[in-house]
Amino acid sequence: MKSNYSFRVRSACIKYPLVVLGLCLMLIFQSKLQAQEPIEFQTLDSILTIDLKEVIVISSFKRSIEHKSQPNPLSTLDEYLESSKKISMVKRGAYAWDPMLNDMTSERLSITIDGMRIFGACTDKMDPITSYVDVSNLSDVQVKSGQQGAQHGNVIGGAIDMRLEKSNFKPLGWTAAVETGYETNNTSQIVGGELNYSDENFYLDTDIIYRKAENYTAGGGEEVAFSQYEKYNLSANAGYKVSDDQKLLASFIFDEARDVGYPALPMDVSLARAFIGSLSWVQSNFIGNLENWESKLYANTITHIMDDSQRPDVPIRMDMPGWSDTYGFYSQTELSFDNHRFMGKIDGFYNRSLAEMTMYPNNPNEQEMFMLTWPDVRTLNTGLYLEDKINLSDGILKLATRLAYQSFHVADDFGLNSLRIFYPDMDQRQTRTLKSVSAHYHKQFKKWHVNGGVAYGDRAPSVSEGFGFYLFNSFDNHDYIGNPNLKNEKALETRIKVTLPLDNLELGLEGNYFHTRDYIIGEIDPTLNEMTIGADGVKVYTNLKHANLYNVSMDMEYKFTSELNWSGRVSYHRGIDHNGRNLPFISPVDYRSQLSYAHGSFSGSVTLSGAMEQTNFSPTFGEDRTSAYTLLSLSLGKTFSFGGNTLYVKAGVENLFDTYYSTYSDWNNIPRMGRNFFMTLSYAIN
Amino acid sequence: MKTIKSLIILIALSVGITSCSDNNESPMPVTENPLEAYNLTSSFEANGHMLELYSEKEVLTTGYNELYLQIKDLSTGEYIPNATISWNPVMHMTQMSHSCPKSEISATEEKTVYKGFVVFQMASNANEYWELNLEYSFGGTTYTISETIEVNAPADGKKTVNVFMGADDARYVLAMMPLTPEVAINDLSAVLFKMESMMSFQPIENYTIKLDPRMPGMGNHSSPNNEDLIYDATAGNYAGKLSLTMTGYWKINLQLLNANDEILKGESVTEENESSSLYFEIEF
Repeated sequence: MKSNYSFRVRSACIKYPLVVLGLCLMLIFQSKLQAQEPIEFQTLDSILTIDLKEVIVISSFKRSIEHKSQPNPLSTLDEYLESSKKISMVKRGAYAWDPMLNDMTSERLSITIDGMRIFGACTDKMDPITSYVDVSNLSDVQVKSGQQGAQHGNVIGGAIDMRLEKSNFKPLGWTAAVETGYETNNTSQIVGGELNYSDENFYLDTDIIYRKAENYTAGGGEEVAFSQYEKYNLSANAGYKVSDDQKLLASFIFDEARDVGYPALPMDVSLARAFIGSLSWVQSNFIGNLENWESKLYANTITHIMDDSQRPDVPIRMDMPGWSDTYGFYSQTELSFDNHRFMGKIDGFYNRSLAEMTMYPNNPNEQEMFMLTWPDVRTLNTGLYLEDKINLSDGILKLATRLAYQSFHVADDFGLNSLRIFYPDMDQRQTRTLKSVSAHYHKQFKKWHVNGGVAYGDRAPSVSEGFGFYLFNSFDNHDYIGNPNLKNEKALETRIKVTLPLDNLELGLEGNYFHTRDYIIGEIDPTLNEMTIGADGVKVYTNLKHANLYNVSMDMEYKFTSELNWSGRVSYHRGIDHNGRNLPFISPVDYRSQLSYAHGSFSGSVTLSGAMEQTNFSPTFGEDRTSAYTLLSLSLGKTFSFGGNTLYVKAGVENLFDTYYSTYSDWNNIPRMGRNFFMTLSYAIN
Repeated sequence: MKTIKSLIILIALSVGITSCSDNNESPMPVTENPLEAYNLTSSFEANGHMLELYSEKEVLTTGYNELYLQIKDLSTGEYIPNATISWNPVMHMTQMSHSCPKSEISATEEKTVYKGFVVFQMASNANEYWELNLEYSFGGTTYTISETIEVNAPADGKKTVNVFMGADDARYVLAMMPLTPEVAINDLSAVLFKMESMMSFQPIENYTIKLDPRMPGMGNHSSPNNEDLIYDATAGNYAGKLSLTMTGYWKINLQLLNANDEILKGESVTEENESSSLYFEIEF
């Protein structure tokens, strides 16, 4: 056995230098494990999972009825994400919420669609990647905390991968579904449909969804002006089996939102449009013993037009268009032998981010004022990711590492000269090396499962942090200037999760801690003069000495009967910098509890959610004390069958008591939606 | 915007290609007139010579004018090298006459081209006119000529010259030198003269001109990393750095300080005081 193994390693070393590092890692552990009897991997893997990812199911695997997991099936993807355990959302209106994981936003996360890197085109984060997909085209969202997300990119907070729904060569023939929904609060209308064909050699999935909503009304009846939106999303997925073992897959998404209001901001969006496409090659056997080879080429382009033409009263009219184009690839393969499962991935992307601002003077005889807020920054990132999952007799160990090279190039001379006003010696090009290493261990003690890990990772500044030019933040009322001299932000992370699955009850306790060195945040520079009329000053991105973030959460699930289920969770978060100052956007204690009933074709749920008062807020970031709130929501669903076809009706009410509230992550304390009745109809034709 | 940009790039590229290929095929012919790139603003005939006055600008305007001169011998059609030229522009106002700050006229690398600058404080009008008196000599003979010239107010109406009484009761003329403003840190230069008499203006050295650029249309937004203008003895003018964070209308608020750092003119810009009485204007 051993000689056989060594031989394989040698030949692999010679043939595939890329995997040498990983194999060396394995060798180290192999020597330790020789005395032990190898354990059948598959069996153990199905019981113990080392990947502590949260999977947010968007459309159930049961084809006939989509989106059954959510009380409000056709709610926006944002609402699906918000109801998850780990993700919270920064809200600037009713549309395009900005996801946060471990209290960290997009610059510290990797947000991908089927592994594709995409970057929003808005300098003010009004178009998170999650706004360019919809529930119609996703099967699930995988959330990996901290460096467990390093597979997708260089991250601090973690990775959110939205996976597209695919028929995947299931022999279903033609299937179709129509869905429609209506919500009373903002007269939101949702119409969606899908038409799929799938057999063993070919599939083509298409879907479309259209949403239109007017202003919503906060609890107590106050209308929130400029909270309307309209969007539609089209997508198509196709797969072709070249041979039993080889698949060619393609996917395309078109998403367009128009007339999107952002009540918390001084500007709205007249157009946010994305084209997202990819081509992949999947092969279950690769060279030698390598298997599950998957390679993807992708490209996406985003246009985002921000304007204030609908606002009646502004100090100065302005247009702020932005563009973001990304081209990338990845190729990954796996290798299993003995008690190891090895995965290697190479990936890369090239992004171009450009944003402009044109201001129209109140004096019509004066020239327009123009600046580049993102100076055509070209980001090139290429990385190598390796992981090894090792089955030990009493647990699983996962080791992973990522090494990446990232370069920034400021391609526009106008923009470069603009930034050189602040940084006269700034280089046009800069390069950075990014690293990640992590070790996670899962062990079972009788009924207890203990999951723990330590990790280290770093990240480069985002385009705004490194190269932004007078980006106005309406929350703290400051203009932000990027800093090309920022050091990489580095985080040391530890986490532990204990779960106790009993017969009818499952209890879990999870905690993580991030010690972040060179934490990137904007600090006031009193020598600088604000650009935006009415702003309080200018902040320049700087590296704090360090910052600490803690997240603790507890969750439970209790099955009263096979029909009646009760789940609940409560979480606590804390974030402070090296001076003990509170970090912004750190959640107060929040909780969610759901009682759900499902019997035959009938289902119903009662959801209680809320948060305690936010006492640890960051006044320097414009935060203030946010009051506690509690919401109650109800839903009822029933499935009817007509021949082979199914009709699913679901209705409910959210925020039953019409509570006026705003959460810690509501930009400028805009109030959330008041009482809202919804009803959806889904009709599936098989 | 993107389309326009790529179109411009395309045009620029194609122009680049054509001009390059032109160069390769037939080298640029030696231009007969070394001042072809400039504008002929005036020409005067006298003494069998034609005096030609060229400027970067299309016309003479108030403020700083960099001027080039050529003397053509009308009998031979040749331009005359190695001449000595002096000038004195005089403004004939209804009640009085005065001159203006000006440089010496010096030879350039091109032997037949002479160069200097004039700072016109005011524009010509129906009743008041500028007269340019020129005295030039070559081959042992001195000639004089006097002609009326037309000085225009700047087309954009932007202020680039200040005539003022300082706190020391002296009259000064401060003029901005030509600038092609960019969103960047710009090199800003100016010339400063003290009016000794109606006909005599002396360049002043070693004063300081503090600057505070502002955008009145943007809540008096200011820019960082400006450098005050200090005297550059080699160039014979005041030089500093001007940061412009965006295109548009900028008011460059100024304060003039003498060698003892005493303010002679201009006020600091504060919340209460939006602008200085001493300023230049830029719009781009």
